[in-house]
Amino acid sequence: MTEMLALYIFMLAAFTGYEIIAKVPVILHTPLMSGSNFIHGVVVVGAMVALGHAETVTEQAIGFFAVALGAANAAGGYVVTERMLGMFKKKEGA
Amino acid sequence: MDTPFYVQFFWFLGALLFILGLKGMSSPVTARKGIVWAGYGMIIAVVATFFVPGLQNIALMVAALLIGSAVAWISGQKVQMTDMPQMVAIYNGMGGGAAAAIAAVEFSRGGHHDLATTTLTVIGALIGAVSFTGSCVAFAKLQGIMKKAFRLPAQNTVNVVLALLSVVLGVAVIGMSPADPMLIVLFFVVALVLGLIVTLPIGGADMPVVISLFNAFTGLAVGFEGYMQNNPTLIIAGIVVGASGTLLTQLMAKAMNRPLTNILFSPITGNGEGGQAIEGTMKELNALDAAAMMRYASKVIIVPGYGMAVAHAQHKVWEMTALLEEAGVEVKFAIHPVAGRMPGHMNVLLAEAGVPYDKIYDLEEINGEFPQCDVALIIGANDVVNPTARTDKSSPIYGMPILDADMAQNVIVIKRGKGTGYSGVENALFYTDNCRMLYGDAQPMAGEIIQHLKTMG
Repeated sequence: MTEMLALYIFMLAAFTGYEIIAKVPVILHTPLMSGSNFIHGVVVVGAMVALGHAETVTEQAIGFFAVALGAANAAGGYVVTERMLGMFKKKEGA
Repeated sequence: MDTPFYVQFFWFLGALLFILGLKGMSSPVTARKGIVWAGYGMIIAVVATFFVPGLQNIALMVAALLIGSAVAWISGQKVQMTDMPQMVAIYNGMGGGAAAAIAAVEFSRGGHHDLATTTLTVIGALIGAVSFTGSCVAFAKLQGIMKKAFRLPAQNTVNVVLALLSVVLGVAVIGMSPADPMLIVLFFVVALVLGLIVTLPIGGADMPVVISLFNAFTGLAVGFEGYMQNNPTLIIAGIVVGASGTLLTQLMAKAMNRPLTNILFSPITGNGEGGQAIEGTMKELNALDAAAMMRYASKVIIVPGYGMAVAHAQHKVWEMTALLEEAGVEVKFAIHPVAGRMPGHMNVLLAEAGVPYDKIYDLEEINGEFPQCDVALIIGANDVVNPTARTDKSSPIYGMPILDADMAQNVIVIKRGKGTGYSGVENALFYTDNCRMLYGDAQPMAGEIIQHLKTMG
């Protein structure tokens, strides 16, 4: 990937993130923070690639650590967000 | 390394689902679907990664995936809604740690990159490591493992020195390629200590803003490591979170009227200094009178605070609300932007108790209604209804937007004792003529009110 292309991606992603949050009602701030916390859990993909290229024992250990942490970020982030959002109902007993 | 098209395509699909998911989460109606979409995106991205050619250590990888996700899944299922903020903090810290560890593996391999890539990798490693230890401290504080704010002598100087040191070490790592292993270790140690030291003195009330800030940090770190790995999905997911997290942090800081620099460098001291002395006395009433006042009111606004949440009184409060509504009283909930421990945290707690979200109103929506309301019932909230924030320029909370509960015809405050709120500032509301105090734990008090309401029929 060329640097310039990456720069465009950085810019557009930053605007996307800003626009998504700008219109969100306050009641969703906590779930949304939790949801975005889940989304950066995609770091687990990068961690898998890093571990996949690890050669020495040190690298394997750090890579293992990275994948475990990344997986925890993704799984934990999903569970808590889903639990919170599952509670938002419009009417009682609906 | 060339990633084949089919892997790239599924990574792309992951990124698309993340953005659609976040978009869905921006409205209460579609929020639940949003997180599910994002969840599919994650599964697709992870499964596709197994098909990247030339990956080794697959067994280790599967083991790490299973261990990490199982531990987090179980802890996430068990945690109570009141403890949600610290769980978000700890999962976020793990993401930051993972980003820093990716950089560590890359440094150790001594991969050759151009200057821009190495620089971004180092910056990602630095903020990832800070987010990791910082989030762990935030978790420990909110969980009550670490009770007191801990302030070093010359804290701000130490912060600046550590920050500069980490930058200098980072530049050294960039300059020496491949860098000396000891230098790399030192760089990570200083970055980890920096996160620790910066977060230690920050008080619990400011912690939500800090968690949000670290959330944005982790996002950026993930984005930068994604650039190093040539993975646009990591860049997009990371930067979207980085940008939205930064905005969310600003919104929170604004709602508390505390600029971010204040939160990081001059925490509220909590000894109540500043502010004028307040005249008058606090007047008590009992649960029976409180029940009668609300039963024969035409409009009641309930202002819940964190005190209600820790007392687990939200279910009782909702039961009470239902009884009042049966008697023909109009009941609304007024939520301050920073009620609870995070913006929107109180909404989650009320939703858990079954309160429909169309009964819950924001500060701007409800403030005009207080003068027409017969009773404002304040449960475990304090600073967010303190009128000195409007009137007393010498008060430490001056300028913070508050709920104008003091404008109501009558105010009833359910409160454990006579102490001050989180900020340590005396609340002038409690001394006004139309305010009555109902001392006790929120849950039994709400229970008593319910009993009295039932006998009134």
